[in-house]
Amino acid sequence: MDLILEGILKAFYLLVTFDPEVIKITFLSLQVSGSATLISLLIGISIGTMVALAEFPGRRFVVSLINTGMGLPPVVVGLFVTIFLWRNGPLGFLGVLYTPTAMIIAQAIIATPIVMGISLAAIQALPKNLRLQILALGATRFQMVWILVKEAKLPLLAGVMAGFGGVISEVGASIMVGGNIKGYSRLLTTATVMETSRGNFDIAIALGIILLLLAYFINLILTNIQQRERPR
Amino acid sequence: MQKKRITCLGMIICLIFIFPSLCGAQKSIILATTTSTQDSGLLDVLIPVFEKKTGYFVKTIAVGSGQAMAMGQKGEADVLLVHSPAAEKKFIAEGYGVNRRLVMHNDYIVVGPAKDPAKIKGMKVSTEAFKKIAGAGALFLSRGDNSGTHSKEKAIWKASGIKPEGKKWYQETGLGMGQTLNVASEKNGYTLADRGTYLALKKNLRLEILMEGDAILLNIYHVIEVNPAKWPKVNAAGAKAFADFMVSKEVQDVVKTFGGEKFGSPLFFPDAGKQEEELGK
Repeated sequence: MDLILEGILKAFYLLVTFDPEVIKITFLSLQVSGSATLISLLIGISIGTMVALAEFPGRRFVVSLINTGMGLPPVVVGLFVTIFLWRNGPLGFLGVLYTPTAMIIAQAIIATPIVMGISLAAIQALPKNLRLQILALGATRFQMVWILVKEAKLPLLAGVMAGFGGVISEVGASIMVGGNIKGYSRLLTTATVMETSRGNFDIAIALGIILLLLAYFINLILTNIQQRERPR
Repeated sequence: MQKKRITCLGMIICLIFIFPSLCGAQKSIILATTTSTQDSGLLDVLIPVFEKKTGYFVKTIAVGSGQAMAMGQKGEADVLLVHSPAAEKKFIAEGYGVNRRLVMHNDYIVVGPAKDPAKIKGMKVSTEAFKKIAGAGALFLSRGDNSGTHSKEKAIWKASGIKPEGKKWYQETGLGMGQTLNVASEKNGYTLADRGTYLALKKNLRLEILMEGDAILLNIYHVIEVNPAKWPKVNAAGAKAFADFMVSKEVQDVVKTFGGEKFGSPLFFPDAGKQEEELGK
């Protein structure tokens, strides 16, 4: 118990003193996971919507693949991204292994199916007649899709939260492709793993608490946006 | 309004992407090393000095010695700081690395619960101690990760003529030294550890040093440059600069005193320029 108390005190201390290293780690976590989530939104929502609206052979198979992808194990993603990004690997010419960019790539791969799966479900859950109604009112196809996405905003925001939550808390892929390099590719999660193995449990707990606070504030903002739009 | 928002978003995305790639543009070297050099905090002291002096950016990837050498074998690292002499000699003989130089040493110790169920305390020969642990069926935690420590442990088992794999009292964690020590502490088991990591973590462990001082328990660190003839993408100049730095007087002086204040005794002994055979005498 003392240890947890010590950890909380340490977290408080690190935060109020603006410990430069912790601030840097926190911002990098936010930056990497934020970028990964943005990318996953662009890809996830567009493909999710497309699959939700389109009719094509093998559609069910594609949907089952997307749903499986929602549970993609981060370490497996990390392993494959590492192998692809090795400097003698297929994408080695990019030279991005052990950089924040590599972590953004890996995290985007993890978050995309989550966003995609939830977008798909959200768009599909809209009443069927809505589409016909919008088209009947003379909307173009693109306008129709845009209205549908806007209509499904609430569940889509849930998708954003799930995607962001999945990657900000992720450690396996980030440590493999980022390398946990001090002051460069060290995230809150990878730093927590390292401090634990160094036996600095108080700092590890402190980092964990900061991670929870960060996740809480991001979700608070998203929740506010989501609930503002609640139909009354 | 909508357009403005999209432009804004686009700019954020661009910024986020450009920032990390700018950082990556520096000339950098990849150092593959063992967990013990990172967990003990030694590299946190040395790397900033090196970076300031040479302008190289060091990407330290702390893994087991086995994985570090596998990275070198694939040309995915530029320079190695490892402690698995037998595997290193093979690595050099196969042409993957060049210019293997002695940096420092410390020693391995056998740690275990204070109760010492296998009664190995004070023994001087590690093979005998391992035989007693096996004989008593006392829990032994192995790293199980092909690290330098794991290779040493396997060598001792082999020398004592015991095959521990698959035995009920023998568990492999597959984790780094720090975590394995924590597991041993929680489960009241024995394990083989390097003294540096043990001293660094001692305050949180319920483990005592039960056996030390055997010549086989010497833990020797070498720096190896990955052979640029085999892998043209290797940063040979950077690797050489780092290796030279590790055996420089400046670093050797830091190694000599590192950890002395915090842990009561230094964690490593500097050995640059010596021969491996001279150690432990």
